[in-house]
Order: sequence, then C-alpha cells, then structure tokens
Amino acid sequence: MREGEELPPLEIPITRTLIVAGAIASRDYQDVHHDAELARQKGSPDIFMNILTTNGLVGRYVTDHFGPDAVLRKVAIRLGAPNYPGDTMVLTGSVESVAVGIATVRVVGENGIGRHVTGTVTVTLPPGGVS
Amino acid sequence: MSTGVEKPERAAPEAGRPAPAVPGREGHEEAEELGVRLKAYEGRPAAVGGVGKDPVNAPMIRHWCEAMGDTNPAYAGPGAVAPPTMLQVWTMGGLSGHTGRSAAYDELLGLLDTAGYTSVVATDCEQEYLRPLRPGDEITFDAVIESVSERKTTRLGTGYFITTRMDVRAGGEPAGTHRFRILKYAPARRKPKDRPRSRRPRPVVNRDNAGFWEGVGRHQLLIQRCGGCTMLRFPWLPGCNACGSLEWDVVEASGEGTVYSYVVMHHPPFEAFDPPYAVALVELVEGVRIVSNVVGVPYDKVRIGLPVRLEFARFDDEDGELVLPVFRVREGGEG
Repeated sequence: MREGEELPPLEIPITRTLIVAGAIASRDYQDVHHDAELARQKGSPDIFMNILTTNGLVGRYVTDHFGPDAVLRKVAIRLGAPNYPGDTMVLTGSVESVAVGIATVRVVGENGIGRHVTGTVTVTLPPGGVS
Repeated sequence: MSTGVEKPERAAPEAGRPAPAVPGREGHEEAEELGVRLKAYEGRPAAVGGVGKDPVNAPMIRHWCEAMGDTNPAYAGPGAVAPPTMLQVWTMGGLSGHTGRSAAYDELLGLLDTAGYTSVVATDCEQEYLRPLRPGDEITFDAVIESVSERKTTRLGTGYFITTRMDVRAGGEPAGTHRFRILKYAPARRKPKDRPRSRRPRPVVNRDNAGFWEGVGRHQLLIQRCGGCTMLRFPWLPGCNACGSLEWDVVEASGEGTVYSYVVMHHPPFEAFDPPYAVALVELVEGVRIVSNVVGVPYDKVRIGLPVRLEFARFDDEDGELVLPVFRVREGGEG
C-alpha cells in the first residue's frame, strides 16, 4: 500500500429499506428518516439517510478493503447532498498517508444530486500489513 | 441526524419573546442580541452523567451490521467487538428519550426554536475510538456545547451551527470521543403552492393575422379564402398553399365543428393553466381546423368526433381584456 492508492469504488443502492433499517439500527427515530409524509411537511422531498448510517457505511467501506484485522481509530465525516430513496451512492477512497501500522484514507460518497459525504478515516493495520 | 443531544419535541417557551414574522430575518439588533445570548452557551454542558440505555450487546451489533451490509467477522461470534462507528448508537435515547441531557442544551435549542430556527440537520460527525467496545460494556457519557456559530445562510436556510463534544466511557474508562455538529435553521422559503395564477399568454398579432384577431374582437371567427382558387385556409397566412396567390378575402365560420383530435396536458404545468386540461384540434364544418379548448365537459370526456360549437370566452386579467374562441360541447354530444 502506498500514498495515493485508490480503493475500488463501492456502489450502494439507497433503498427506502436501507434508510429505515439504518435509522432504526442506530436508534434514531427522527421522523424524517422513516415517515415520508412528515419529511415532506418539513420541506424535504422524501425521507433521507441519517448521519449514523452514513458513518457506518464509510467505516464498512474502509474495513472491507483492509480486512478484518484493520481497526478503525478515527472517522470524521461531513454531509452534503442528502441520500434519498432511489438514488445510488458510490463511495470512493484514496490513501492519503501511510505510516508504520497506520493509514489515513480520504473517502468521498457521490450520489445522483451531488456529494453526499466527504470524510477522513484513520485505520490501524496488522503487523505485516495488508495487500 | 440526532445525537446524544436530540431536538426536543416542542420549543421551550420563552416568555414575552415572540418569534419574528420571518424567521431568520429579524432586525440587525435583534439578531445581534440573539447571537450574544447563543454564544453564552459555549462551554456549558450538553449532557451530564448520561447512561446508555443498553449495555453494548450482540443483538444490536448484529442488527447494525445487517443494516450496513457489514460482514466483517470481527463484529460477530465469540470475541466480537462492536463496529467502532456504533459509538454514538450506545448513547441514543431512542423513543423513550434521553438520559443526562442538560437544561442548558434544552434552553439553547428552545431559544433557537422560539426565534424561528425550528429545523435541524446533522452536518458533521468526528469520532475517535480509544478502545474497542465489547458486549457487556456499560456506557456512560458527558457532553459539552463546544461552539455556537455566527448566523450562517446555507442552501437549506439561515441558522446556527452547534457543535457538541461527547466523551464516551465504557465501565468508567474512556472509550471514545464524539464531536457532532448540527445546523439549527429556518427553512428557506419555497414558492407557495397557492401563488396567484400568472397571466394568460397573449396572442402575437402581426400584419398577417391582424384581421383574424380583429374578427375575434367582434366575436367572429374568420377564415381566409384564396382569391385565386377559393381554397379556405386557417390559420391565417399571406399566401395560398394551393395556388400561391396573394389575393384573399374572408368568410365567417358558422361555428359548427367536431373534435378532430386532442391531447390532455398533464405535464409540464404552465402557471396560467391548471393541468390536466384538454387541447383539441377542432375541424370546422367549412373544412379547416383550429386548435382551441373544449369547454363544458371534463378533460377526460373529450373524444374524437365530439360535436362542438364556437363561442367566445373572456380571459380578462390585470393585463387587460382578452377574448378567445373556444368550443363548447353541443347538446347531445356528451357521453
């Protein structure tokens, strides 16, 4: 692994099920994440993914790539364009820096309307490294 | 979008302080005063002595992994750890509400609600994981209001960013930190749905068709007749399609006709019209065809062959008078 290395993109279909399952699994019962009618009353065109789910997906994207021995140390994300049902988010990543046993990965998630998430993930790697 | 510090269901009442007529557009002085009051909450606690509703546990880990599609073996089986990104989950109040939430934080959100900044959206989450969390770990947490921004205008609306920093402990030992930023905002106003209908488009009148529109003004539908070959033509043109003659005179249409063809407009909506509506191509008994509206029948009852009769309808508005030829279903024509 070296700086600048690109992670293979991960395409995530933004289904209504994913949005609701993610919200409930994160114990987030804000209506904008499960009730389309109330979301519209609040000016949103539909329900949208909550930040905890985005956080979980970003973490998964990085550990999927580095393997089960890699451990997340820091995840910092910023949200932009919301993830609405029917959209697809494509996560891409690039290795920003590598030191002994630790790597920093820049992650971007683009959906059909723009940039849903940008983030930086710090992960520790097992001795001997990963491919 | 919620955190260990969630939006209250209702705004905390603020005696004697009415919301501005247009949230986020209060006067300069008021905004400055609000800004000062908000800043005073920096450094105050957001949550004190919060206790996770459930200890870290395998079922919640599994539900999370299923939702995320995360098949990492580190999160399953004996010796499993929780996905680190679940840090905030263990502090969530769920449907039964929060523990440990501070009065200061409720006041801060209530102040913003009362000032019209009623919506909330999460914008940033920064987490650091100090040790793995394992099933059985008991979670406690404290949080502080780290900062309240100046008033900002975003695409969502105008509001204030509130940043909180939470220290999460497991069994009393530091397990992670969770910095969370929300935007508390007054939604940008959208076009009201019941906006006044815009004015109906006006005909473009020129030398070639002025005679037609003058006729309409007298409630006459005039058809051009070629001076060379007597062919009737409509709409009005300078010359004859059949013989090329530039000579013409007019005949007045009797007004009888049938629907030759039609479309029903659903989309796109134009502000001057209420979709759905039918636009018909009416064939007059004289043999020429004219595009117009069919009145006296619902849009979905318009059919090819429907007998119709000319009438003149007024569409006066703030631009002035407007008379247009339309076609009403003839008796016995409907159904």
